[in-house]
Amino acid sequence: MIGSNLLRAASIATIASLAFGTTAANAQSLVINDEETMITQAPAAAHLENLDEVFSGWLFRTSETQTLQMDDFDNPGMIFVDQAIDQWDVVEGAAGKSCASCHEGGPAEFAGLRTVLPRWDEEAGGIQSMEDYINKCRTERMEADAWKWSASTMTAMTALIGLESRGMPVDVAIDGPASGAWELGKEIYYQRVGQLDMACANCHEDNYDTMIRADHLSQGQTNGFPAYRLKNAKLNSIHGRFKGCMKNIRATPFAEGSDEFRALELYVASRGNGLSVEGTSVRN
Amino acid sequence: MASGVKPRVKVPKTAAAGDVIIIKTLISHKMESGQRKDSDGNNIPQSIINTFSCDFNGQNVITVELHGAISTNPYFQFKATVPESGDFVFTWNDDDGSVYTTTKSIVVG
Repeated sequence: MIGSNLLRAASIATIASLAFGTTAANAQSLVINDEETMITQAPAAAHLENLDEVFSGWLFRTSETQTLQMDDFDNPGMIFVDQAIDQWDVVEGAAGKSCASCHEGGPAEFAGLRTVLPRWDEEAGGIQSMEDYINKCRTERMEADAWKWSASTMTAMTALIGLESRGMPVDVAIDGPASGAWELGKEIYYQRVGQLDMACANCHEDNYDTMIRADHLSQGQTNGFPAYRLKNAKLNSIHGRFKGCMKNIRATPFAEGSDEFRALELYVASRGNGLSVEGTSVRN
Repeated sequence: MASGVKPRVKVPKTAAAGDVIIIKTLISHKMESGQRKDSDGNNIPQSIINTFSCDFNGQNVITVELHGAISTNPYFQFKATVPESGDFVFTWNDDDGSVYTTTKSIVVG
């Protein structure tokens, strides 16, 4: 039954489109720049007890929003990638270094990195997200100030680095030393909180592909992050989105960059194992 | 000059004579509305792109006047017929007096 809703939606869309004589309302396959095909639908990972298939949030958006992501020129998120390319060469901090000083191969050195983050880091003794690694570089190597978790410079840089992994399937490790944090993330995912007494799962597992007022609920996958949202015309970090969700259910959000959100980021990422990293996605 | 302004244009590199081509332009720009105040309560003056134009070999293709309530990073897509090889010159005028231009060549063969 799971997944059939989407199919039903698709067939309704087809009928509607026949009636209006237009093409299908929602595209079903995401090909970027006519050459890179994204995996937007995949069998659910073994640990997912309640889902058979996972779907990228792209499938839940309107055709207009979908189209924006299919061409890098049309994708407004690429403006921020351009800014990060400029930032890459900016020398900052007491050490007189830029990103390029150490990473001579450019952002391409990080191909595949987005797919395995967040991950257990022995040195840090915890789960580390891409934002942590960027700030570690900034404070330890460049001796510059750390960026805020959702600063525009930070989301732009995560977009640039994430773009190098575009098309590669998400593949975060949940076993070994990461298992503790993963369990915590899972607990948070299913824990009802806030005045509305809702858990992540209530919307994104039990009720995805239905409308919550005017919004088409997705599975809440993070493979498209950082995501450009039409709502606020900027890139949004994963933790920023978590915070927004928690505010919506009138809960007190955890802090961006907190261990709770890192754990949740790991758990949610693991729910999307198998979906393509979409680099900078476009969402509503 | 406003910060973070960067014009981007997408024009096909080649075309056949008389072809109708699609041109896409995007300029990253805050489009400061003039309605906002800074942290000290002072008005932030309006600074938007007020005119956009595209010329091909000295001939005007399109001119667009922009006013308030146009959102950040204005994007224009339009069609043009190319009779011969040449240069498209794109110009954006800012309220603060800045002019941003970029040029794209097309070969008609």
